Amino acid sequence: MSDAPPPAETAIRLAGLRFAFPVDGRRVEVLGGVDLAVERRSVVALVGPNGCGKSTLLRVVAGLLRAAGTVEVEGRRVAGPDPRVGLVFQEPRLLPWRTALANVAFPLEVAGRGRTEREDRARELLGLVGLREWAGARPAELSGGMRQRLAIARALALEPSVLLLDEPFSALDALTRERFNVEILRLWERIGSTIVLVTHSIPEAIFLADRVIVLSPRPATVAADVLVDLPRPRRLADLDAAVVTRTAAAIRAHLAGATDDAYAVAAGEVGRHEALEEAPR
Amino acid sequence: MTVLRGRVLPPLIAFVGFLATWQAIVWIGGYPTFILPGPLVVAERFVQAWADGTFWPHLTTTLAEIAVGFTAGAAAALPTGYVLARSRLADRVVSPYLVAAQAVPILALAPLIALWFGTGLLARAIIVALVVFFPVAISAMVAVRGIDRRLLEMARSYRVTRRQRISMVEIPAALPGIIGGLRIGITLAVVGAIVAEWTGGEHGLGVLINLARGSLFDIPLLFATLVLIAIVGIVLYGSVLLVERWVVARS
Ligand SMILES: Nc1ncnc2c1ncn2[C@@H]1O[C@H](COP(=O)(O)OP(=O)(O)OP(=O)(O)O)[C@@H](O)[C@H]1O
Ligand SMILES: [Mg+2]
Repeated sequence: MSDAPPPAETAIRLAGLRFAFPVDGRRVEVLGGVDLAVERRSVVALVGPNGCGKSTLLRVVAGLLRAAGTVEVEGRRVAGPDPRVGLVFQEPRLLPWRTALANVAFPLEVAGRGRTEREDRARELLGLVGLREWAGARPAELSGGMRQRLAIARALALEPSVLLLDEPFSALDALTRERFNVEILRLWERIGSTIVLVTHSIPEAIFLADRVIVLSPRPATVAADVLVDLPRPRRLADLDAAVVTRTAAAIRAHLAGATDDAYAVAAGEVGRHEALEEAPR
Repeated sequence: MTVLRGRVLPPLIAFVGFLATWQAIVWIGGYPTFILPGPLVVAERFVQAWADGTFWPHLTTTLAEIAVGFTAGAAAALPTGYVLARSRLADRVVSPYLVAAQAVPILALAPLIALWFGTGLLARAIIVALVVFFPVAISAMVAVRGIDRRLLEMARSYRVTRRQRISMVEIPAALPGIIGGLRIGITLAVVGAIVAEWTGGEHGLGVLINLARGSLFDIPLLFATLVLIAIVGIVLYGSVLLVERWVVARS
């Protein structure tokens, strides 16, 4: 995948991304040189152990954190919060005093759009995520799933070409989650943007994505890049196909070496380098 | 009917009980009116003073002081609280003075301010503003500091300007805390105005207290004035609550 496809076809290009958080005096490396190219209009799933740097990676792509290396969206560098990228955080992050409609209109208001345009567009977006009837409701009056859909609608307000979803449905029960995955695919077919999503569920990753990127434990690097050879449009019943089992096995094999920090420490599986970092000073 | 029973009846019973206890103490102790007048005497004096216009110049003077002082104090305190919350440097440099100023009793400061600014509206409003400033500034600071950083990051992802961040995220998010400070501030404003009036001057409810205790020696009037001050406090506090409800309903 590093033999680069033609630039016009690449929605996101990450090269040599390094990032470290300063944590009381020392630097904790979170991204350890991430290289990745995401094709336009494709869906890519990121999987990796807790704390490996998935959310951090998305924040770098969205321009909220500045990292060393290259971040390009549609061939142009990302130098700060970027209108071409819509980020849905791990939590909905809605403004509790605003109605659903006003929350979705927030980015439009910030961008200085006129009142009628804002309302029309926000209503349209609410319809897109199935919340048309809930325009006047406050976030507190919505269920967890509705809040997440609202956050997605808000992220779509400025018509980003890239949509980043950070564990969008992790708070939902299994059945609702399956239903939402179907909705996400339908949404994706309608808006035609590139989607990068983080998930901890391998079946979910396979169901949604064209490619599943397995990240190594912190500092994150791309440990594996697994193609999902499953035709679209996909249905939940497809999850029983043999391809899925094979793909899941491949992803698991790569993840096995990439367990949760804490688990790895407990199991004595940490490499020398990480063991040093985890050791109390 | 049930609303009436639930909301109105308990405080009403408590109030009647309070008046009855007061009256009982007067009867049992056999206190003369110039030591402790009973509630009936005070009520009578209150009505009389209200009707003959005794209260009027004093009440309007005090209300004017509170209006000017509270507005000025809160208006200065809100941006100060914001800056204290957002700038570590400002917090380190300014906060010690704020706390020190707060630790000096306003009772000690009032004569000094009277010395510098006289005993007119200006001096009194300054004292009210000083009293109001601290709780409003501190509550605004705490409220702004308490804003969820994740909301701010969300706003940043949509490229808010500083002004948009303040008006669209920080102010609404901090509003409940700010109004809590205003609630404390408005009650302190009443106290501040009365204290300011004790330093001299012709009008004001504090002046009236001094007159009733001193040259007039009209203890029922003194009590009636205390009642009026209490009413002023309750009404002002209630109006802050109304503003709060209006703001919450609107936002
Ligand atoms: N603001 C921060 N300051 C310091 N360290 C941070 C900060 N945010 C994250 N980290 C650290 O960076 C590492 C990666 O965090 P990140 O949130 O990207 O992980 P993640 O892969 O999204 O984890 P999860 O699966 O639990 O969501 C973690 O070790 C975390 O402790
Ligand atoms: Mg995360």
